[in-house]
Amino acid sequence: MSVSNLLQNWSTFRHEHPINDKPHAEIKWAMTIDLDTCIGCNACSVACYAENNLPVVGKEKYAHGQSMHWIRIERYWGETEVKEEYDPNSNFDMVQQDFQADQGAQFLPMLCQQCEAAPCETVCPVGATNHTEDGLNSQIYNRCIGSRYCSANCPFKVRYFNWWNYPEQENAWPEPLPLQLNPDLTVRTKGVMEKCTFCKQRTYTARNNARSEGRPVHDGDVQTACQQSCPTNAISFGNLVDPEARVAKQWEQQQVDLAKEKQEKDEKADNKLRGYRILEELRPYPSIMYLERVRESAV
Amino acid sequence: MGKDIREDIAWAQINNDVLKSLENPRKLYWVILFAAMLVFSVGVGCEIYQYNVGLGAANMDNPHMWGLYIATFIFWIGMSHSGTLLSAILHLMHADWRKPIYRFAEAMTTFSLMTAGLFVMVHLGRLWQFYYAVPYPSERWTWPNFQSPLLWDAMAIFTYLSSSVIFLYIGSIPDFAIARDNIHPGWRKKLYSILALGWEGTDRQWRNFRVTYLTVACFLIPLAVSVHSIVASDFAMSQQPGWHVTSFPPYFVAGALYSGCAAIITLFIILRYVFKFEEYMTLPILKKTVRLTFAIAMVWTYLNCIEFTATWYSHDQVAKDVLIQKATGPYAPFFWGMIFCGSVVPFAMMVKKWQTSIPVMFAVSLLLNVGMWLERWMIVAPTYSHGYYPWTWDHNQWPSLIQWGIVFGSFGWFTLLFMVFCKIVPSVSMYEVKEMVYHRSLAKKKEELGLEGGH
Repeated sequence: MSVSNLLQNWSTFRHEHPINDKPHAEIKWAMTIDLDTCIGCNACSVACYAENNLPVVGKEKYAHGQSMHWIRIERYWGETEVKEEYDPNSNFDMVQQDFQADQGAQFLPMLCQQCEAAPCETVCPVGATNHTEDGLNSQIYNRCIGSRYCSANCPFKVRYFNWWNYPEQENAWPEPLPLQLNPDLTVRTKGVMEKCTFCKQRTYTARNNARSEGRPVHDGDVQTACQQSCPTNAISFGNLVDPEARVAKQWEQQQVDLAKEKQEKDEKADNKLRGYRILEELRPYPSIMYLERVRESAV
Repeated sequence: MGKDIREDIAWAQINNDVLKSLENPRKLYWVILFAAMLVFSVGVGCEIYQYNVGLGAANMDNPHMWGLYIATFIFWIGMSHSGTLLSAILHLMHADWRKPIYRFAEAMTTFSLMTAGLFVMVHLGRLWQFYYAVPYPSERWTWPNFQSPLLWDAMAIFTYLSSSVIFLYIGSIPDFAIARDNIHPGWRKKLYSILALGWEGTDRQWRNFRVTYLTVACFLIPLAVSVHSIVASDFAMSQQPGWHVTSFPPYFVAGALYSGCAAIITLFIILRYVFKFEEYMTLPILKKTVRLTFAIAMVWTYLNCIEFTATWYSHDQVAKDVLIQKATGPYAPFFWGMIFCGSVVPFAMMVKKWQTSIPVMFAVSLLLNVGMWLERWMIVAPTYSHGYYPWTWDHNQWPSLIQWGIVFGSFGWFTLLFMVFCKIVPSVSMYEVKEMVYHRSLAKKKEELGLEGGH
């Protein structure tokens, strides 16, 4: 264990994502979520529970904010549109107004944004969260000591901590649910952080299959659980490096560049493109692009 | 106000008075010791429960990832700073009034660091794997993440702790020798014989001792500043609103000195009574400590204003929202409590009559530390409750009794360590108090000799 070993080891461990570093040569997994087609049905969330062995925490712990949903559907009510018959003296009307917005509720599926310059990665004291060569923000459960600094520094708050020893909790997997547990996953214990992996058990299977067939991974070889279960096809997932991939085409079409913290199209006044990334200005370079909802007022 | 201590105390009297503290303190000592054990066992019980069921017992949740543990951790780290201020910085500045009180301040440094270390452990989700954060040679070539402020933190604390233990020990060597020479035979005599390292008080030993002490003092001062700056980086280096503040390192250091000085006043008053140190821990010294604390209180208040104005006039709307939320939301009583205890209460220290009033200063020093504890909590919690992402705002989280119990227990742990220390190690530096009365003693001696010569 010499110092030179340490330094060499270290330089392979840390990269300067995403600008000054070697870009992902073969694969960069990315996602697009179309908020216009999302109907807020929560199928993605349910599928994620099934695919990734997420424990159900029960009503009480959920209310405490200790839920484990790697993908969550956030519900927002529309902007208040003050009508002409609105009575400024009545607070009650104001509330009514809020909840009967013309556009109805809006939904936003939120999951780990797999940031290229992830705020969570730099702060982990033990290096349990790292960047993989296919552009994922990985979490090594066995290495995690549970300092929760990653979640503290995550602007999206999409990291979920094992507050309890879940297999012992009554709600987690009541009979016969243990029979459906996915055997392809790593087990998490109490006291470690976990988060969306872009279903890496699926992506690695797809990559292995492609390699044994001696071909690159094609678009459609792999679907994430949330994507697969979405009834309206709001989620698309694939390899951003592959120009044929649906995701790559969408990003191209929306002129969203992974390695920019400010998109050029946003500077233009007549920008009609819907693609945006959440909290882009903090420069985490998220790998998920959202497509803005088309509003009646905008049409 | 006259001299810091009476100058006609004989050297033998000093030995007697201080060594008596090792043998027969007032009854209150045993009451405090017993109470500390009880309080500590509450904390241990809570930790055992939390260890077994998981951190959910602390009632933290998704936005509130850190709670009272980290807040109290900063509090204890902060408390450790004034020991170094008194013993090292004032030593270099030749402020003689520090001499009777620096030893216990130094012990306070060491023990509050140990208490802070406990909170790092308690806070971890898997505390049985804490050593992953230590850069030990491993056959798997796995290293901790040197980019993480938390790792710098761990290293800074270990360095500071080991250095301050060495400093405390070196400074006590002549006193261990005095204790060795004067105490009745028994296990203590053996202990002091070992600890005194064969000290005989020769000129050569004194010279080496002075050089060593000065060197370690110089080494310790930058460490003291760096430790709390690094604790501040835990927050300042993150990008969360309310934490990402350039002025955090000096702000933390000022807060640390502040709460440390207040704690010194509290312990000063307790030790003075319990060990009958009225001759050494005198009111003029208390007055000087109080003035120093007041000055630091004003620095802290100033840095607080800087932080608020910088946030207010910045274009960072999110950080501004956090500030407004702090002052008007559910945390408002605690926020204003912090402002009151930290910036208004210290003005009581301006009243001359109160500067030497034991009951008033005892109450004030306790209130100051309540304020400083609230400050740390107000740094940690509001940012979580009102961060970047509105969907995860959580203004209603309240720490569970387990969390409060461990925080409570930590005070027992600190008091226990401190009280046991004071019973074993002379808590007033005998040889340095002798230096204070040296000129007078010398003059007296000459007088006697002169008289004798006349016959």
